[in-house]
Parts: sequence; C-alpha cells; structure tokens
Amino acid sequence: MDYLQYLRLDKMPHIWCDGCGHGIILKSILRTIDKLGWDKNDIAMVSGIGCSGRTPGYVDFNTLHTTHGRALAFATGLKIAKPKLHVIVVSGDGDAAAIGGNHFIHAARRNIDITMIIYNNYIYGMTGGQVSPTTPSGKKASTAPYGNPDMAFDISRLAQAAGAAYVARSTVYHVGRTDKYIEQALKKTGFSVVEILTPCPTSYGRQNKEGTAVDMMMYQKSNSVSIERAKKMSEEELEGKIITGVFVDKEQECYLSRYNEIVKRAQSIK
Amino acid sequence: MVMKKFPKITINEQWCKSCEICVEFCPKKVFDMGRFYPVVARPEDCIDCKLCEKLCPDFAITVTSPKET
Repeated sequence: MDYLQYLRLDKMPHIWCDGCGHGIILKSILRTIDKLGWDKNDIAMVSGIGCSGRTPGYVDFNTLHTTHGRALAFATGLKIAKPKLHVIVVSGDGDAAAIGGNHFIHAARRNIDITMIIYNNYIYGMTGGQVSPTTPSGKKASTAPYGNPDMAFDISRLAQAAGAAYVARSTVYHVGRTDKYIEQALKKTGFSVVEILTPCPTSYGRQNKEGTAVDMMMYQKSNSVSIERAKKMSEEELEGKIITGVFVDKEQECYLSRYNEIVKRAQSIK
Repeated sequence: MVMKKFPKITINEQWCKSCEICVEFCPKKVFDMGRFYPVVARPEDCIDCKLCEKLCPDFAITVTSPKET
C-alpha cells in the first residue's frame, strides 16, 4: 500500500526522534484504515499534547489538535455533533492517564463510540523526560533521578475496570498483532482502547540505560507474554513482563443510542 | 532461463533518521548499515515480507513487489 496518500507531505519528515515507535503505530493505523477502505473525509483524528499529539498534523484526515488531556472531551462533542464520523483519538500515556485521566475513565464509563489509541512510552518525551503515571516503579526520569517511587498505572486494566467495550494491548515490535487489534477496535461500536507500548530511546531509554531503539524493541520481543499464557503463570513469573492481547471484547449499548432515546423522549413531552 | 524477479526496495534518505531498525529486524538481513543510511546490500535475498516497511518509523522504506510493477 501507499502510505503517502494519507500523509500531508509538506509536513514530513516528522519530528519524532530516531527510533521512536510513534511512526510505526501511525503506519499501523494508516494500514488498517486502508484495509477497511474508509474515505479520508469520514475520519476525524483528535489528539492532545505531547509527542503523540503531533500525529494528526501529519495525516490528511479531518484533524483536531486540542489542549493537554482533553482530546476525549473534544472528540465526544465531535461524535455527538457528527455521528457518522469515525472518531479516532490518539493519546500518549501522560495525556491519557495523568492530565486526561478523568476524561479517560468517564469516556469509558459512558461507552461512546470512539476509538482511542494510546501510545505508551512510559515517559513525557516531548517536555524532557518527566515521570509519567505509567513509568515503572524504580525507573529513572528527569523528575525522579533516583528512581520512581510510585507504582505504575496499568492503562488496559484501568480501561477494563471503567467499562470500555474493547481493550487490547500490543507493542510496536508485534506489528501484525497491532494491526489486528486496531482493526477490531475501529470496527467496534462503543469505546475501544488499544494501548501500544512504544520505545522512547531519547528520553526513557537514555535515562534508564536501555540502549537504542533496537535494544528496546528486542526487550519487548523477549518480555511479552500473551494474556492466555499469563493466566497460567504465577505473579512472580509475571514480574517485569508485558502482558499483551485482548483484555475485553464485549457488546454493550453505545452512548449515542441511549442519548437519541432521551432526545426522542424529551421531544414527545408537550 | 527466466531471471528471478525480486522486490524493489527504495530508501528515502531525506526522511531516514538512521535508527537501524530495518537493518536489525529484517529476517533475511538484506540491509547493511552504511556510513549514514542503510544500504540494500543483498536485494536478491529479499522475501517480500515488507517487515522493514512496516517497522520503519520514518516512512522512509518502500518495498515494491515484483507483482505490482
């Protein structure tokens, strides 16, 4: 397929660092959209702030670059105003779980028909490598130079608990599986979340001495465990492992249909 | 004898950031690292899996299958 047909070529090459996985995820999204055969004008891509927030700037869809963490709030309004649009929210781990944490859990609770793709690189890359809610405990960041004392958020489990209709996690190394999960999420009616782990060699890798992008992707390869296999493993065995796979895939009533019912009921009252 | 056709790999050096992901993850080790950019050293070994194209974060690699040309 030709990726360039979906890109704004005057904005390329992109600003992401060498070895940053964000480009790989963007390619996965474009490949899936190409496979589904959706028209460019029927897609809206919304983002917040951060490295991930640059994504809509490079793609030739209807795009919206919003305030930090509030991408889901803008996307909710967009979806209600134009229900025919396929709304895709791209968000980083800091954007989704810290600043936009409340929007995230409430969008999941509301089950509005939005696909959210979370680029989890464990750190705030753009602003200089500050600690994020998903930075693993003990890992270094520029605001935690002696190691992060906090426990890390598990975004997929959070989305699962908040009631999302589809939740899956993959890594940029497992590119085939990432494509499959994004396709399932885009097809799903309801709030669907795909969390993709991506290497940040510049901020996270450098501060934690994890090597180059290739080393970080090799780490993803050797430390990933599928959710089916993880169920048979003990907690000690799972320590430090990345659990990938589909966490939730269920049918539940979408917000838009409930909202339309209320509109009808309200209009029938004279 | 029919000449075996192999895929055409092009690298956009304007966009490449030399992360070496293609060099490392190609299952047939088609690429070598040049001074600044990867070089398609063994194009005849390419099996057209397009993994390099999928994993290139910078949209710099294009693989054209012999069927497509």
